[in-house]
This record gives sequence, structure tokens and C-alpha cells, in this order.
Amino acid sequence: MIALLGRDLALAVRAGGGFGLGLAFFLIVTVLVPFGVGPEPRLLASIAPGILWLGALLACLLSLDRILALDWEDGTLDLMATAPLPMEALVSVKALAHWLTTGLPLVLAAPAMGVLLSLPAPGYLWLTLGLALGTPALSVIGTFGAALTVGLKRGGLLLSLLVLPLYVPTLIFGAEVARRGAVGLDVATPLAMLAGITCGTIALLPFASAAVLKVNLR
Amino acid sequence: MLRVEDLCVARGGVPVLEGLGFSLAPGEALVLRGPNGSGKTTLLRTLAGLQPPGSGRVEMAPDSAAYAGHADGLKATLTVAENLTFWARIFGRRDIAAALEGFELEPLADRPAGALSAGQKRRLGLARLLVTGRRLWLLDEPTVSLDTGHVATFARTLRAHLAAGGAAVIATHIELGLEARVLDVAPYKARPVEEPEGYAESFL
Amino acid sequence: MSLWEYANPKKFLGLSGAVLPWVSAGAALCLVVGLVWGFFLTPDAARFQSTVKIIYLHVPAALMAINAWIMMLVASLIWIVRRHHVSALAAKAAAPVGMVMTVIALVTGAIWGQPMWGTWWAWDPRLTSFLILFLFYLGYIALWDAIDNPDTTADLTSILCLVGSVFAVLSRYAVLFWNQGLHQGASLSLDKEENVADVFYFPLLVCIAGFVLLFLALVLLRTRTEIRARRIKALLARERQA
Repeated sequence: MIALLGRDLALAVRAGGGFGLGLAFFLIVTVLVPFGVGPEPRLLASIAPGILWLGALLACLLSLDRILALDWEDGTLDLMATAPLPMEALVSVKALAHWLTTGLPLVLAAPAMGVLLSLPAPGYLWLTLGLALGTPALSVIGTFGAALTVGLKRGGLLLSLLVLPLYVPTLIFGAEVARRGAVGLDVATPLAMLAGITCGTIALLPFASAAVLKVNLR
Repeated sequence: MLRVEDLCVARGGVPVLEGLGFSLAPGEALVLRGPNGSGKTTLLRTLAGLQPPGSGRVEMAPDSAAYAGHADGLKATLTVAENLTFWARIFGRRDIAAALEGFELEPLADRPAGALSAGQKRRLGLARLLVTGRRLWLLDEPTVSLDTGHVATFARTLRAHLAAGGAAVIATHIELGLEARVLDVAPYKARPVEEPEGYAESFL
Repeated sequence: MSLWEYANPKKFLGLSGAVLPWVSAGAALCLVVGLVWGFFLTPDAARFQSTVKIIYLHVPAALMAINAWIMMLVASLIWIVRRHHVSALAAKAAAPVGMVMTVIALVTGAIWGQPMWGTWWAWDPRLTSFLILFLFYLGYIALWDAIDNPDTTADLTSILCLVGSVFAVLSRYAVLFWNQGLHQGASLSLDKEENVADVFYFPLLVCIAGFVLLFLALVLLRTRTEIRARRIKALLARERQA
């Protein structure tokens, strides 16, 4: 498993690995929002938590089809299926690698983006914490979507269509944490719900992803 | 090492081969022959456990087979040595020196796999078999894009594998100079279902 | 003789062929009676005037939108556990019907909401949940259409249906939480069961029965079509092979 994680991380940071593209996308979305809604700081501050969550979610979404499609194309998945590593472990590691290369940078960059959107001071902690708790769920759910669409030539759009409804609860609770945090309200409930969703998906969804991947390999 | 009884394999839900039966002892190799599209790849994938058999049984020790298909599972941005090390570690092993040597890859060890020629990639893909430590090799057209010299190298490595108690099922049209049994899959071509009544679930 | 015998396509075709005319007739009868009764023979409600009468379309459609998904979930489970092809095809057949029911519920809701609340759309938890349900239907149907091999697709969509169900319930609660969190006490939703008096209640029951039968008839019809399509496919495959 460590070997697979190491390889995926190495692939991501080498040329053509696409590391940082998600981050750049996040930056561009954040920069474009004030162009769309106007530079009024009060307005920006009120929509900042939602926009930042949405930007992070979309940045995650963009890189989902790379999770498994590349390994599918070059035959690695076939060979992995005959290897001693169980499929469940494979998809979990894939999700973890995706989170480390896409989700984690987004979490770390979020405060800087918050400055651009004049996020109120108490919001930074909760935005970052919420993203840190929520983005693993985005990666795990995304891996499920990637496993569903892995054999398809034009899977990208379908992948988005399948994954976005599944992102709804995470987005709602995550954005709620940031929004409440920004105005100084109590965040315990949405934070607990967000953590619950993340734990639940990490624990259960790999089984579904592995089952789906096996179906797609045969 | 491998026992196949009354095996039926299907591609896309349609049976392609049926009534297959053979067994393989350590040190033996079986060469699959048959025209394109006759189901050799499907058979090998079924043996490798990538798809469930339509009916019949495949018996082998768990975790004993290594499969090499048309795609080599190589990453273009990793070097030859890194690719091999990765697969070795996936199979819980470390040593890649023997594999590099077996397919004459030492001079290329630090070259990115993306910069290799088709034949060199193929050799790397075959070298992967050696690092798996698996005893039963399931090979699908292993000699594609290899030059004659390296076909001989491959045959030598294969003979060494068999001599060490390994076994192999190979779909190939090239004479490898092995004392291997040949199985022509053409006679096992699945016949269309005659009795529609008995096959209600398959909508016929 | 067990229920599972009808999982055999041939038996299913025989039975469903015999039942279908009756179910269709029952659906037509119930809908005509229920809608005429509801639209023309009930008084206007004091609070809502005549706009309330859209309830006879809105509530049954909303009910069936959810029930259709539950039926798909059960059919998917049967496919996963027992591998009956008819079950997978029934799930496939129910999805577009369920989606149309969702759309009917959303559209009639909007038409009703305009005079009542002064807006076509509000991010009320109930409305939002239905919109999300619509998205789930969309994804499910898109996945069925995307892949050629029917057994593979049946497996994939079944698992998607399972996972989707969990997330649909999660979304429902998330949406409830989300809107309460935003507009305290500004709920636009009506609790229908408590508001509806008997005069409206009985025609509503007839309409619901009509929608259930309509759904049944449509799903049976579509499942029969799917079975025949599969048979054609199997025959073509056999011909190619011979």
C-alpha cells in the first residue's frame, strides 16, 4: 500500500502529473468571483464561505477522472487486480493520494483565498478546519464516481453528474461550518455532522468503490 | 498447479469458449493457439481471475498467478527501475536485479519508461513477471514488438522459470522452442444455445 | 411455486401481459374519478381558493417520486443478491417514470407556490430535497445509458442506487438543517396531512391510488419493452456468433 501511495505521489509531482492544477483552478475561481458580483467587501464577506467551499469542491471534481483512468489505460488496474493487494485497499490508497495531492493543498491555500474575498477574521479557523474535515470525503466519494465511470471513453461529464449530487451533504455542512464560524455562531453541530459524513464515507464507501471497480474490470 | 474443468468463458455476456479442460504441473507450459478473436485473451483473463467463469472450475493455489496482458502497466514518468521496484513492492518483494538481468534491461535502468521503444517497454513489462515471484505465468502475446534476439532471451528466461518449477500458459503464434503442449482453442468454440427453454435467464 | 418464478422473463411477460390491461384500466378509472371529483366537486378552500386543487396532482406525484426510488432500491437489491435480470430491468424501467413524477411534483409545486407564496421557487427544504432527488434520477439514468454491456450496467447502477439512497437520505437531513439554519421560522412548507379536510381527503386518496396504478402500469410496460429489447440483443448476438 505504501508503495502504491508513494508511486501515486511521485507521479503527481513529476511532469504532466497535474499536481497544482486544482490549486490554480481554485485561485482562478476565487479571483473571478469579485469580477462577477462586484468588489463590495461586505457582499464578498457574506458569500466568501460558500464561494470558497464551492471552489474547493469544483477543483476536487476536476481532477477526479485522473484517479483511476490513467491506471486503466495503461493496464495497471488489470495487473493490480491480480496482485495481492485487495481492491478495497487500492481504492482507499487512490483516494488518499488524491486527497494529498488535491485536497490538502486546497485546505492550506484556503486562508489566502479568504483574504481575497474579505472573509471575516473568525472565519479563517473554521473554514480551514471544515475543509480539512470535509475534503477527504470529497476524495473518497470522487473515487467511487471514478470507479463507476472508469471504462468509459467520455466519462468526465458523466462522472460530474454522478458525483455532484453525492457531494450535497458535505457541501451543505462544510459551508455551514464556515458561514457560522465567520459570523461567530456556534459551529459544533455542522462540524460534528461533517466529521460524521467524512468518517462514514471513509469507512464504507471503499467497499462500494471496489465492487464497482471489479465489475468494470471484468 | 492449475486444473481447469469443463470451463466456459464469456465475453460481454456471450459465451466464446466452452468445455475447456486441462491441467498443468510445475515445469510445464501450455501454448494456446487459435485465430484472432477466438477467445484466447478471454480465457487468460478468466484464469487470472479478472472475470468470473461462465461455468466450470478453475483450480489453483491462491495468489499463484501473474498475468501479463497487452498493456504493460508502466508509468511513462517513472524510470525502468522505479517501475519494477513498484511492482516488486506490490507483490511484497524487493529485489529487481534478477529481473533487470533476465531481460537485459540493466543499461536502461535509469531511463524513464516513456523514453523506451515499444520492444524495450515490452521487455520491461515481461520483467515485471520475474519480480512478482509468482509461479504460474499467464501470458497474452508476450512476444509482440520483440526482435528475434529478444524473443530468444524471453524463451531462455521462460525455460529457466519452468526449470525452477514454474508453469506458464502462453497465447502466442511464435515458436518459442519449448517442449510445451499446444492447445488449439478453435474446437472449443461455444455453440449457440440450442434449447431456448432451458436458458430463460439469458432471454432466449 | 414461489414468487421468484416470475423473475423468469418468459413467465414475467406472460403474467404482466395478463395484468397490464387491468392495471391500466384501473389507473385510468381512478385518475378520471379522482381528478373530476377533486377539480369540480369539492368546494374551494377558504385560505387557498381554487389553487388548492392542484394538490390532486402534486401530492400523488410527489409520493410516487419517492416510492419509485424505493422500488428501484428494492429491485437493485434483488439483482445484487439473486441476479434476476427482470429485477434489474424493472429498476431501469422505473427510473424515467420516477423522474417524470419528480418533475411533475416540482412543476405543480411551482405553479401552486406562485399564487400562494408569491414566488415560483423558494429554497424550502422540501422543494430542495426534490430537486436533489431529481439530480439523483438524472445520474442514475445517465449511467444506464452510458455502458453497452447490460449486466455490467445493471451491477453498476444497482450499487449507485444503493449508495445514492444513503446520500439522498443524508441530503434530506442536511437540507433540513441547512434551511433552518438560514431562515429561522420562515418556513414556507405546508403540512398537508393536518390541513386537509375530509372533503379533499377522499378524492385525494383516489388520485393517489390512480397514480400508484399508473406507475405500476408504466413500469410493467417499460419492463416488458426492456425484456424484449434484451431478447433482440441476445438473438442478434447469437446470430453473429453462428
